[in-house]
Amino acid sequence: MAIDNSELKPFRVFYATYMTKYTKKYENRKVWEEPDPTKILSYIPGTILEFLAKEGDVLKEGQPLLTFEAMKMVNTITMPYNGIVKKFAVNIGDRVPKAATLVEIEYAED
Amino acid sequence: MSLRKSITDLRKRRALVQKGGGDAAIEKQNAMGKLTARERILALLDRDSFSEYDLFVEHQARDFDMEKKVLHGDGVLIGTGTILGGPVCVFAQDFTVAGGSLGLSHARKITKIMDHALKMRVPLIGINDSGGARIQEGVNSLAGYGEIFYRNTMASGVIPQISVILGPCAGGAVYSPALTDFVFMVDKISKMFITGPSVIETVLGEKIGMEELGGARIHAEITGNAHFFAESETECFDQIKKLLSFIPRNNEAKTKKYPAKDPISSIKIEDIVPGDAKSPYDVRDLLRAVVDDSDFFEIQEMWAANIVIGFGRINGESVGFVANQPLVLAGVLDCDSSDKAARFIRFCDAFNIPIVTFEDMPGYLPGVDQEHAGVIRHGAKLLYAYSEATVPKVTVILRKAYGGGYIAMNSRHLGSDFNFAWPSAEIAVMGPEGAANIIFKKEIDEAENPDEMRKLKVAEYKEKFANPYVAASKGYIDAVIEPAETRSLLIHALEVSKNKTDYRPTKKHGIPPF
Repeated sequence: MAIDNSELKPFRVFYATYMTKYTKKYENRKVWEEPDPTKILSYIPGTILEFLAKEGDVLKEGQPLLTFEAMKMVNTITMPYNGIVKKFAVNIGDRVPKAATLVEIEYAED
Repeated sequence: MSLRKSITDLRKRRALVQKGGGDAAIEKQNAMGKLTARERILALLDRDSFSEYDLFVEHQARDFDMEKKVLHGDGVLIGTGTILGGPVCVFAQDFTVAGGSLGLSHARKITKIMDHALKMRVPLIGINDSGGARIQEGVNSLAGYGEIFYRNTMASGVIPQISVILGPCAGGAVYSPALTDFVFMVDKISKMFITGPSVIETVLGEKIGMEELGGARIHAEITGNAHFFAESETECFDQIKKLLSFIPRNNEAKTKKYPAKDPISSIKIEDIVPGDAKSPYDVRDLLRAVVDDSDFFEIQEMWAANIVIGFGRINGESVGFVANQPLVLAGVLDCDSSDKAARFIRFCDAFNIPIVTFEDMPGYLPGVDQEHAGVIRHGAKLLYAYSEATVPKVTVILRKAYGGGYIAMNSRHLGSDFNFAWPSAEIAVMGPEGAANIIFKKEIDEAENPDEMRKLKVAEYKEKFANPYVAASKGYIDAVIEPAETRSLLIHALEVSKNKTDYRPTKKHGIPPF
């Protein structure tokens, strides 16, 4: 059967480019982004319960930032490294999806 | 009671129970565009072949006032019959009776017919249309599901198991279909999910409709859970009948042979595949030019469409086909396509159906997305499935056979029985552009005109290595063939492979990468 060329798109595999159709799944794939170490993201959808620190606090690695409930479990989000709490990007009671920015932080020298 | 009277009594009892949930519920079922469980079985089986069992089974629940409730047949029909003259065991959940909910007696009816199917070595067809576990029966419903899953697993690879989703199929219920060989779904009628939209919204705050979450289209195109997608129940039943014509009753029976027919495809086989390895074509046209009567029966048509799998006949004998599809994603191997082909190969191997592979792919798909999705683990399934299979295995390399993909697509090295290549085949460690860039890097970098030099070197590599003759010179390819010879050579190869015996080391079972 004749192929409708208008449906074909370029597709690169190694050094060669092929004219081909995309699948829906391929078009909707998540493009890789380098993680931003100054943003703490939700690793699961959930609800923000309580802030355990204030903006401007200088915290050590492992100190708590906030709690959020997901799948009936209360999770405590902690500082991944020594740093400053720049900004809470959410409010108490917010329902957040996966990979939403919860807190913006900044690295601080001891 | 006189015998005549008791016969009348039996008829009355039957008529009452056969009504399932009663006229109002049946009307409701029909209003949803759905047939009743009984109508479905009658539509699927050969005329007058259905013999029903356990019509008078009742539930045993005693809590929550359940003892006062009568649930005819406990919401499921079971029985035996024939399709295209071949015996089958069948069950169909009756949504008109308590929403087809699964209680212990309901489950026991299903496991009874499953045991029967396994013992009699005949295919099992399950029609699913159920709201899920019958909450009033508590852990007994969970026990029921578990006993079904156990039997699905025991029967796996012994008898073909077919699941037909004709309504909701939610929660634990989805795992029975998932354990079976083929799942059929109908647009707008079938729904499958572990947790429904309301729970997802309450718990996670994600808003989604049933159709978008687990409708037939989603499972046929995105998740790969459905093998067949139909617009109507009637079309779905026709698909089931057609599938059964290509597979045997059990793992020790022969698939029915049909009278041999030549392909009716009007296109010449060499006109289907463009000479330029980067140009696309629909590999299904090639399959139709090779199989009997040009009748190729595709499975999982919409999911991972970069590989095509399905059944066809060669000289009247059923064959499983695996073919890279250059029309979609250039035919690359990725997580989904490897998974799709591997499972199909294992089905064919379990049921003694020879496998013919048509190869034209540029390799495994590069990218963070694929690497992180586990393309190593999924890709390995394909290597495992081909290596493990002891049925006759034939490969025809049409054009590109690069790198790891060359090995994976039933190469000689994985135990293939016949490897043919068209003269257009490019069997190499990678495509000419890539290879030339690496091998001749120094020459290209140092040239006055690097682009010119690159072109020259790519052409040189193409000439020397991107062909079937290097592999043929090492015996990795049995014959370089003319495209027009493909069908007759397949007929020949399958004919001489008829009594193939191949042994595997004794083991309890292998550990495939799933």
